[in-house]
Amino acid sequence: MTRHYSVFSLFKEGLRGQKGWQQAWRSPQPKPRYDILIIGGGGHGLATAYYLAKTHNIRNIAIIEKGWLGGGNTGRNTTVVRSNYFFPESTALYEMALKLYEGLGRDLNYNIMLSQRGIITLAHSEAEMEMAARTVNAMQINGTDAELFGIDDVRRVLPLLNVSPQARYPVFGGVWQGRAGTARHDAVAWGYARAADRLGVDIIQSCEVEDFLIEGGRCRGVRTSRGEIRAERTGMVVAGHSSDLATKAGFRLPITSYSLQACVSEPIKPVLDTVVLSPGTGPYASQSDKGEMVVGGALDRVPSYGQRGNLPVLEEVVSGLLEMFPSFRQLRLMRQWAGIVDVTPDSSPILGESPLPGLFLNCGWGTGGFKAIPAGGTLLAHLLATGKHHDVSRPFDLDRFSRGRLIDEAAGSGIAH
Amino acid sequence: MTAWRTEGGSAIDRARSLRFTFDGRVIEGFAGDTVASALLAGGVSVLGRSFKYHRPRGLWGAGVEEPNALVDIAGDMPNTRATQALAVDGMAVRSVNADPSAEKDRHAFLDAFARFIPAAFYYKTFMVPDWHSFEPRIRQMAGLGVLDEAIQSPAFAEQINHHCDVLVVGAGPAGLLAARTAQRAGKRVLLCDDGRQVGGSLLFREGAIEGKAGADWAADVAAELAEAGALVLTGTTAFGIYDHHLVGLNQKGADGAPDRLWRVRSTSIVLATGAIERPLPFSNNDLPGIMSAEAALVYLRRFGIVAGRKVMIATNNGLAYETAQALAAAGADVTVVDYRADVPAPAGLRVLKGRTIVSATGRGAVNAVKLSDGSVLETDAVLASGGFTPSVHLYCQAQGKLDWRDDILAFVPGRPVDGVDVVGAAAGDFKLPAEIGATEGREFGIVAAWPKPNSKERVWIDLQNDVTAKDVELAVRENFVSVEHLKRYTTLGMATDQGKTSNVNGLALMAELTGRRIPEVGTTTYRPPFTPVPLASFAGARSGTRMKPLRRLPLEQQHRADGAVFRDYGGWLRPAYYGDGAPDERIQAEARAARNGVALFDGSPLGKIEVIGPDAAPFLDFIYYNTMSTLAPGRCRYGFILTEGGNVYDDGVLVRLDENRFVVSCSSSHVAGVHGLLEEWRQDRFDKRRIFIHNATAEMATLTVTGPKARALMEVLDLGIALDDTALPHMAVVSGVFEGVALRIARISFTGERSYEISVPADRAVALWARLRQAGEAFGARLLGLEALMILRAEKGYIVIGKDTDGTSRPMDFGLTAPLERKKVEFIGRRSLLTEDAALADRRQFVGLEAIDDKGLLPTGAHGIEPSSAGLRSTGYVTSSYFSPALQKPIALGLIERGLSRMGEVIELQHLRQIRRARIVSACAFDEEGSRLHA
Amino acid sequence: MQLFPCPFCGPRSESEFHFGGDAGNHRPEGFRTVTDGEWTAYLYERNNPRGAANEIWMHMTCGEIFRMERDTVHHRVAQSFALGEGDGHDGMAY
Repeated sequence: MTRHYSVFSLFKEGLRGQKGWQQAWRSPQPKPRYDILIIGGGGHGLATAYYLAKTHNIRNIAIIEKGWLGGGNTGRNTTVVRSNYFFPESTALYEMALKLYEGLGRDLNYNIMLSQRGIITLAHSEAEMEMAARTVNAMQINGTDAELFGIDDVRRVLPLLNVSPQARYPVFGGVWQGRAGTARHDAVAWGYARAADRLGVDIIQSCEVEDFLIEGGRCRGVRTSRGEIRAERTGMVVAGHSSDLATKAGFRLPITSYSLQACVSEPIKPVLDTVVLSPGTGPYASQSDKGEMVVGGALDRVPSYGQRGNLPVLEEVVSGLLEMFPSFRQLRLMRQWAGIVDVTPDSSPILGESPLPGLFLNCGWGTGGFKAIPAGGTLLAHLLATGKHHDVSRPFDLDRFSRGRLIDEAAGSGIAH
Repeated sequence: MTAWRTEGGSAIDRARSLRFTFDGRVIEGFAGDTVASALLAGGVSVLGRSFKYHRPRGLWGAGVEEPNALVDIAGDMPNTRATQALAVDGMAVRSVNADPSAEKDRHAFLDAFARFIPAAFYYKTFMVPDWHSFEPRIRQMAGLGVLDEAIQSPAFAEQINHHCDVLVVGAGPAGLLAARTAQRAGKRVLLCDDGRQVGGSLLFREGAIEGKAGADWAADVAAELAEAGALVLTGTTAFGIYDHHLVGLNQKGADGAPDRLWRVRSTSIVLATGAIERPLPFSNNDLPGIMSAEAALVYLRRFGIVAGRKVMIATNNGLAYETAQALAAAGADVTVVDYRADVPAPAGLRVLKGRTIVSATGRGAVNAVKLSDGSVLETDAVLASGGFTPSVHLYCQAQGKLDWRDDILAFVPGRPVDGVDVVGAAAGDFKLPAEIGATEGREFGIVAAWPKPNSKERVWIDLQNDVTAKDVELAVRENFVSVEHLKRYTTLGMATDQGKTSNVNGLALMAELTGRRIPEVGTTTYRPPFTPVPLASFAGARSGTRMKPLRRLPLEQQHRADGAVFRDYGGWLRPAYYGDGAPDERIQAEARAARNGVALFDGSPLGKIEVIGPDAAPFLDFIYYNTMSTLAPGRCRYGFILTEGGNVYDDGVLVRLDENRFVVSCSSSHVAGVHGLLEEWRQDRFDKRRIFIHNATAEMATLTVTGPKARALMEVLDLGIALDDTALPHMAVVSGVFEGVALRIARISFTGERSYEISVPADRAVALWARLRQAGEAFGARLLGLEALMILRAEKGYIVIGKDTDGTSRPMDFGLTAPLERKKVEFIGRRSLLTEDAALADRRQFVGLEAIDDKGLLPTGAHGIEPSSAGLRSTGYVTSSYFSPALQKPIALGLIERGLSRMGEVIELQHLRQIRRARIVSACAFDEEGSRLHA
Repeated sequence: MQLFPCPFCGPRSESEFHFGGDAGNHRPEGFRTVTDGEWTAYLYERNNPRGAANEIWMHMTCGEIFRMERDTVHHRVAQSFALGEGDGHDGMAY
């Protein structure tokens, strides 16, 4: 059986009619007991299992996923990776992720198609340029790459951008992060799943949590649609469904779930080689390696678990895109979809033990979970393996809310104040 | 393919011929031809190259389901389906994904390496050295059409909201009948169809309805509907059903005009969206010359084209016989390969029963097929029918759940969805409506003909994304067995045709490979749009200033006449400064004028929200951080409004007009937010019968007179008020009169000079401004723009919300601690001021910063830095920085850790890797005692 | 787009409304005695139900806040109530 992926094994299997490939992962029956149980088979959950096995050498673990692995937000996002944040705590978190992304393909032996094509966050006035400078300086001081772009720099990386001074949102420059870019979302999920499976992790799909097993005031595991599964420690990594499970576990979270829409155009030959975000017109966009424009924007501001949004937001996003790129008027929208994003009051994630001892949280990533997958996995793995915080995750504990120590990125960077 | 034009064709006008080019080759056709039909008749067999393997591909279908014939039409949108584009004289059409042409593509060699590049191969390689080495080349090869950067389409798409009683989607027989029934029952009807004419299958299939030929019946119904006032839209696709049954339609624009978006809200929706024919799986079933049997019938009856000379009809159901008979009647040599063993064969037709096609052969076009009995038959056109898949997309988008029917081998709508009915072929009903006496001669009688595993050669499932049965087998081998994994792994169904001709064949094979029934495998989620919709339709006219209109001042014309240079400030178009010349000089001069003489400023966007009622005072004590109920009538007090999280949300002066009447002034960019906040608390915490809120911001213009000569100017105006400082001291308000209209004059200063803010109804602004200008001449009054104002306030250390505050700022950071310590009652955010965060010793506090390194202004956004274990850490940043005309040196403001207790300390700052040095000083750099307010 | 029934104006487009949180989220009084837990529960914790939801909304066009019962999965709206009506499920502090 061919396990390792490489141009050689691809060639060899090509000669054999592709018949010798090993399964990407098994479909094991759930055991009644594991050392650690992870609820949620998205990117963060799969990464957690991988790092538990690889870094902490804990392999008697299971991931349970109510649908199919990688089928939630991990399969629905716009694939952007970046670490252009303002506060040092955030930079440490997202830099950890970006650095891990940089070696991930090799690490997992799976081409995650990390394309570090850069991201430009546009500034549309002098005041916004001041905010951009504030952010660029913060990034440089906190240890990641950033440049303050002027209008000429922006023109260079975005030749099709409408930079007319008469534009509703004229372009003055922006915040550039060269190491940011995109990665193939399915590949990240599948790469982690395959690697974790290889290390002995049981990935159990079509297995939904019905209730928690709480004994002696501690979480001892779960009751699922496929039976009871017990574990020493349990991690909950279910994004938009976090409140739903929290209710079963007897506590509430500072989370509201919303639909976040995204869409793609029909594929065309390459014309957009970087990721662009405009706080003025609204959307963010990139062009996939298949040629589709991948576009996202603001939330539908109606709490929802529906995984679908409505026309008003879509129309706003598309009109913002065409305002930035008038030549995209020639394109058609091919498909639209949505995920359920778990939004916290400060738009920063929640990492740490939940109010139910033995149950650990990784949630609240809101619209920005994909870029953080390797860090979320590393940090939750650390929590589950040791019962304690890693330095990078401690500021994101749930207790920051009662302490008033929010990490409010939107506030700090001057957006939406 | 050796298709040829015969007589007939209801869609074309042979009297009007036309020519266009395809890949440089001249093609002739008639008015009414689509690009596809003209190419077919013109003998063009290869219309494009497949996405991955660059295999030659021909025409498959006649409508939206077409997977192969995508073209770029010069001057038009890329990736146009040739089956939907009308041929126009002089058009220049190019194939996509082919270079230099579809006939001779330089990447055709890739197909020879196909076995090394199956589905998902790119995940297994390109890791060494890393993806970046390969990505540019792969990106170049991916993508279909080309964006023409020169096209700047000027026109906007219209967007129409429409209400009706019954929306019928699809104007085939079932849809026409539903529309007519509703119309006759007195309902307001909208009927839409994506074809150029109504009629659907009646336009090309035989059958009689109510004693008439199908096409005639359709025309009569359409006329009846139109006369009765129903709205009938052709060229219109219902692309999505959204929540609460809002349906989105895209109507094709005529003659190059943009398409139109319709948003339709209908009490009831009838989906008569028909069914789409499936291909048959056999080896090399993607060869040019292999076409949908129904499409061939469309090309014959609508365009007068016979698909080939020696035609093979391959079918597992009875509906393809009409094609067989029609082509035979038109002179083609027709053989039917019927997968069913036990069927009556119509007279005069050669039918080989109980056989299947195993493979097709040919180079660049089909020339023979091999059957299951071993025989090899020559052919130049294989017209295949593998069954029909009802178009259930809209039903599923409306949260409908599908059922599987073994008798027709298709997914059909299951339980009804409120307000949505599915009729006709879309509901799995493939016969004409019997209830209106429709007659026709066909039985469906389908047998399964799903793709089988382990075929030796490639069997194509998804033509556009180049997915074969082997790819599906590979997916299963690697354990990608859920239907969504199958889709994502193989990319089946993810092309621009969204799997219309491929999804079910793919699922059926997956079912067999995994030992499940087809309904157990299920379908992927149906998402809008049903067919691709131009982005322009969604954008409408929301462009330029219509995107988010800028708010305009009542005095805009006057400012323009005075040479104002305008900028966007918080959504308002306001004068930044006035006059020609170097901006910095103009701004400095305006600021000097305010300090030395008198200046006039238009502060109209300032928020003015009135709070009225017997409970207004305690209400405002709750709203504000500061105590406000102790404010005497006729007085003003500066305060903060916090969030419940204890952060500064807005600042401004509260004006008390009398016992029960206040005016909340708030920053111009926060007016809506403050108004909403006031309403929320009024309704949710207080007795709303005792407090009323009125947002007078846009009703009142606010004009400011500021400077040492301000009082002198005010005296000349004669507004009916006493101007001595006892009658009108600083931070007091009085009423006056101007030309018979009441106005308000408040001594509130944002410049640090004696100031009078005059609030007058907006329709009097022009007159009052003219009066001020006239009176001001004697005093050399100058106009003050926003930029100069920003400098003046900075000299005084007055904050600007959102610039000198960020969302984490708390009132103590600005030295305002008295309310926290002494205010007795509840206020918004109070409890949050008692948290750990609020008590932190190293909070960033608002201070002044004096550059001491002779390198000019401190850059706004520069951060204070200190060494740390991680290298460096930020201790805060510069929020405002200007050259002070009053002090003739740079001044700056910022938020610095423990700033208030570090006065005099020198710190380092970093800006874009350059180091600066500054001393922490008081935020107020000029006139600290504030004596100029009273001067 | 969704239609929400403002009790005063009737059914209006979703873009005219602003979500105001869970109904019944009473503000704990007495800043000196309210615990961190009570304040955090009020200020930050949310029910965020999957399914039947009982919510406070503001119709920005008329400025009135009201309570609405709806489903967060199916997006069906059950009913809306003026504050103080219905069975007292709203956030009134008095």
